[in-house]
Amino acid sequence: MKPGRFTYHAPTQLDEVLGLLAEHGDEAKVLAGGQSLMPMLNFRLAQIGHLVDINRLGARFSAPVIGPARITIPALVRQRQVEHSAELLAALPLLGQAIREVAHPQVRNRGTICGSLAHADPAAELPAVMSVLDTTFTLASTRGIRTVEVADFFQFHWTTALEPDELLLEVTIRRPPPGTVTVFREFATRRGDFALAGVAVACRADESGAVADCRIAACGVAATPLRLAAAESRVLGSTLDTETLAEVESLARAEVDPAADIHASAHYRRRLTGVLVKRALVEAAGQATGRREASHV
Amino acid sequence: MSDSDQPGHRITVTVNRVRYEQVVEDRLTLADFLRERLRLTGTHLGCEHGVCGACTVIVDGAAVRSCLMLAAQADGAAIETVEGLARNGQLNPLQTAFKDNHALQCGFCTSGFLMSVTAALREQPVRDQARAREVLSGNICRCTGYRGLIQAVLDAGSAAVKGPVR
Repeated sequence: MKPGRFTYHAPTQLDEVLGLLAEHGDEAKVLAGGQSLMPMLNFRLAQIGHLVDINRLGARFSAPVIGPARITIPALVRQRQVEHSAELLAALPLLGQAIREVAHPQVRNRGTICGSLAHADPAAELPAVMSVLDTTFTLASTRGIRTVEVADFFQFHWTTALEPDELLLEVTIRRPPPGTVTVFREFATRRGDFALAGVAVACRADESGAVADCRIAACGVAATPLRLAAAESRVLGSTLDTETLAEVESLARAEVDPAADIHASAHYRRRLTGVLVKRALVEAAGQATGRREASHV
Repeated sequence: MSDSDQPGHRITVTVNRVRYEQVVEDRLTLADFLRERLRLTGTHLGCEHGVCGACTVIVDGAAVRSCLMLAAQADGAAIETVEGLARNGQLNPLQTAFKDNHALQCGFCTSGFLMSVTAALREQPVRDQARAREVLSGNICRCTGYRGLIQAVLDAGSAAVKGPVR
């Protein structure tokens, strides 16, 4: 199908973008990579009056800022850019692991990090990744700039804290503390498809090898990325021994209440979430052990 | 740019090294622009939501879904389509590898595969099956199957297809 009629705007200044969003509100949509919005327009699942293309905003919006404490990813950083940036991959390995699971290179060449987050598909990888990191969302409008923490950003299926007149200007991610290991795991029936379920894990062990911090988020099993609080607290203080892993698996399974669809039953997704959490933690434990051994050599 | 529906947006694009200047309607996709305005019908439209890969073209060096880009967005871009691959009526090495390995049957998906693989081979060589499958994974073929395609990519990959499409 073809999109319905809309007026296309390609402003070159941020002020113009925000002005258009303020003027048209609900009638307008921001176009960044277009890999989710354009399919919706083509199929007329979305019909809009005004399309505000931010791609002409200029280089500042395409350049990640990799600082000693924080990494800032502005609105036009493409997913593929992250894959090709050794510096970003080193600073946030979790982002690299997850991005390789996002669709295909042809989609990631256009698709942006911020676009995926603003779209907030419940099955998408990047919202889950941000949920286990300290991520701050910067929202801009003619009314000013405000920040929202990740726990408050994702609200429901495809629904975020963004108001109709706001642009997701950038996300800022605090560098995880030294010693943090991260893992992303998902299962999809075909390469590049949306996952039936996915899991992002960030954890850190103390000197003795006991887990001191643990964050686990699942995607594809709820209306938003879901932190698995019961599983996380069971992991804390453990050494990720076999008994802990078995318990964490069943806790994770019990914590999610996924929907059934043509791709998988709710039961299957629940089982899968437990399995993915367990596998991700086993891999995290392996990474942590590897690091400790490397540092003793 | 203009707020009115008419007359649209004046864009200048280079397609297969030929410069075109046209006025396009706001909602015209790049795929439809190539097919209907420039009559470059080698680019095919399958699903029109970015899943099948049939409409893949190369925009400023990157393989993209032309159904998910607007023609107005392509202003100033250099675009390569399947029509740009052959030189003086001679198939290029990748096209030859497709032919030699029976990597196509009905041909509907072929132009998208060729453009995806062209972009991938410029980034890095493909030496093993796993990598070939990865490179092919963003396009769907519904009749020939993938074995011939994998072999074609391996043949072309080892023959070091490089440089811009001529």
